Amino acid sequence: MSLRTSVALTIVFLLSVACDDSAKLSSPDADAAYASRYQALPASTTLLRGATVLTGTGERLENADVLLADGKIAAVGSELKAPDAQQVDASGLWITPGIIDVHSHLGVYASPGVDAHSDGNEATAPNTAEVWAEHSVWPQDPGFVTALAGGITSLQILPGSANLFGGRGVTLKNVPGKTVMDMKFPGAPYGLKMACGENPKRVYGGRGVAPSTRMGNVAGYRSAWIAAAQYRDQLAKFGNGEGEAPNRNLQLETLAGVLDGEILIHNHCYRADEMAVMLEIAKEFDYTISAFHHAVEAYKIPELLSSNNVCAAVWADWWGFKMEAFDGIRENAALLDKAGACAIIHSDDEIGIQRLNQESAKVMGAAAAVGVDIPPERAIRWITANAAKALGILEQTGTLEKDKMADITVWSGNPFSVYTTVERVYIDGALAYDRQAPQNNPVTDFSLGTAAATGGAK
Amino acid sequence: MKLRDLCTILLLLPCVLQAATTAITGARVHTVGPAGTIDNATIVITDGVIAAVGRNVNIPAGAVTIDADGKIITPGLFSAMGQLGLTEVSAIDGTVDGIQRGEQFSAGFDIAAAYNPRSTLIAVNRIEGITRAAVTPTGRTEPDDFGNVSHIFSGLGAIVQLGDTADPVVRRRAMMILHLGAGGGSLAGGSRAAAMLQLRTALDDALDYAGHKSEFESRNRRDYSLSQADLEALQSVIEGTTPLLVYVDRASDIEVLLALADEYKLRLIVGGGAEAWMVAEQLVAAQVGVILSSINNLPASFDELNSRLDSAALLADAGVVVALGGDNSVQNYNARNITQAAGIAVANGLTWELALRAITLTPAELYGVADRAGSIEIGKDADLVVWNADPLELTSYPQQVFIKGESVPMQSRQTLLRDRYLDWSNSLPPAYRH
Repeated sequence: MSLRTSVALTIVFLLSVACDDSAKLSSPDADAAYASRYQALPASTTLLRGATVLTGTGERLENADVLLADGKIAAVGSELKAPDAQQVDASGLWITPGIIDVHSHLGVYASPGVDAHSDGNEATAPNTAEVWAEHSVWPQDPGFVTALAGGITSLQILPGSANLFGGRGVTLKNVPGKTVMDMKFPGAPYGLKMACGENPKRVYGGRGVAPSTRMGNVAGYRSAWIAAAQYRDQLAKFGNGEGEAPNRNLQLETLAGVLDGEILIHNHCYRADEMAVMLEIAKEFDYTISAFHHAVEAYKIPELLSSNNVCAAVWADWWGFKMEAFDGIRENAALLDKAGACAIIHSDDEIGIQRLNQESAKVMGAAAAVGVDIPPERAIRWITANAAKALGILEQTGTLEKDKMADITVWSGNPFSVYTTVERVYIDGALAYDRQAPQNNPVTDFSLGTAAATGGAK
Repeated sequence: MKLRDLCTILLLLPCVLQAATTAITGARVHTVGPAGTIDNATIVITDGVIAAVGRNVNIPAGAVTIDADGKIITPGLFSAMGQLGLTEVSAIDGTVDGIQRGEQFSAGFDIAAAYNPRSTLIAVNRIEGITRAAVTPTGRTEPDDFGNVSHIFSGLGAIVQLGDTADPVVRRRAMMILHLGAGGGSLAGGSRAAAMLQLRTALDDALDYAGHKSEFESRNRRDYSLSQADLEALQSVIEGTTPLLVYVDRASDIEVLLALADEYKLRLIVGGGAEAWMVAEQLVAAQVGVILSSINNLPASFDELNSRLDSAALLADAGVVVALGGDNSVQNYNARNITQAAGIAVANGLTWELALRAITLTPAELYGVADRAGSIEIGKDADLVVWNADPLELTSYPQQVFIKGESVPMQSRQTLLRDRYLDWSNSLPPAYRH
């Protein structure tokens, strides 16, 4: 294939997506380069009976049944009948949508955390929109398995935050794969990692190059979007038979994908005032921000976030470790939720990802202490539906609605109790993890012969 | 004049509060002492000390009574490792005092002089139940601007109480901090064998110095590997009175350390201990306790390949004394998350009672301060937390914290921020809401 043909194909793809929103969610050509080659694990029709179900849509159902068939959620309700299905007594158990983490570095900062595994920050230039996190992902990271034991069914792997534009993020299904393509969530849009604040200005300012200030950061974003808009316009003209095609440029291709609405912005941004500036930049260049991540000060601007339809992904209680994290409060997500903004609890951490439910519980407790009561059926959205929304996969997963992917997590009790454990995880209807059958659970190549291979838990 | 009268005159208000007798009634009290758990108990506090605890306790006349019916009371929580009061914003050098680099000091570095009881972190954590903390200097393998790294000895830590009363440092020179394993090896020049040799040389020097102090001072003794201040600081370590808190994870490193401690008759505490469960029997035989890194079940390094979530239960079942608090995530900014570490340990097989003990009495015992803290027993300081529900549940929260009998203001910089932004009825800019 000549370079020219490949540019032309790219144009066709970009245009078709821009014209038809639904194309975003359809499965792309499985033969295309880098395409998902995800295959669901073998599944049988399964009826889980008598559980407490948090649907992810804000509902809580008691003594409810969940039927999984053909990899989809076939029904949620009471007294469901499916005589041919494998019957699972789930009384006393709780069922939620599979847990989704919008901010993970599994595979790109894999365990063991040695320098040889430091593949998350291409910290060689402030704009590296051309890099793709998936090209760093090591599928043998044992963190994928421990995350599975924490109920994680989907997760976005992002580049680090050294750069203004860190590169593309990739959304994975949390299944063991030999290659990253085996794990890629079919049809999920790409993310683009951007970073505000201290990290880019420290990394590059420390080397005597731009940016060294927050205003330098903003100039860097704007300059990049100007170039991206030109690139996109030139491509569009060429598609209409006008002028020359631009030379293919990986960096601009990704940025143009954002301007076309095909790639979703995930913006590391702690301070309220900086989030507001980022929204101004989005206004100037006419793109949308899907989510602010590490939005430690989001509670100061809930109306701004909700009116711009942007989610805020936050930790429960990380604070203070740098100046822009000094104003962190535990009630952050609860105050956002109360104001009607889209709140997400994320991990950014290979340990934290194992218990996003507990992180959410901390927020619930802190909020309850000041009279803001968030019931479980509402809090579960922070780590399921809202996360799926930010990743652009809410039509496929994130709630227990009919015909969605049968991605579910089964808990020993209320997921917001510290004593509760993940009993089972189903991904596309297949039993991917079973706490009661550790011999059947996945073990990465790296973990063979270690305690992790024996289950690592009583 | 009695001491109390003296302080009443000099410092009227705090002393009045201390001198008052308080009775807290009606709660379920987990004493973590021999009395176990007592329902509908009364706790009497006099002069900041627990005067009585039980079901049939006479409340002295004139006591201030606090009704805690339906609540749960535990001892104040003990942060077993970390740099509380030594760090404000860890990314800002001028606010970080817990790390010493360069050759000037090592074992003699005494952290108590840097402790700041007014640190933002103190209020954030004490209103969540932390009343005592081990303040432990630590090291860095990354060089500073001058190319210096830390020594394998980080120096001497302190035990502090987090109340507003005078004298926050309750014990200086409470433990000596040492780094072994991969971290120690890196500090010592690239091999853990070098770290062991550096340790052995330092101990031999400290012993030689002990017997030849005057010769050394008149320059009639051989050179030592450490400064005189460092050798002085090591004296109580070689005497076996000051515990040596050792950052070590790999099973083989723990075994080598136990052998050396036996040879030199050292009092040891293992900090971290990711693979301690693999050498549990040796730890029991040597009567060495562990401040466990219990949440980190993934290997940050090859020293932790066999870390696992149930290691607290495995160690406890084998008879090892286990405190929780070795994970970074339950130190410093979020020392309060020690309850989460305990809850996770329970979910993975540790008994609830041992989990609570592991964040209260056990660390106090490891550091030799259990005569004053760690449990609700007559004669101990009245460090108490009144919880609305099960203290290990993350949806629970303290309603009142007492340190040495004084009720702590349930306020921090975070509650002030929260209240400012919770007040949506106020149309003025937030800066006017306070």
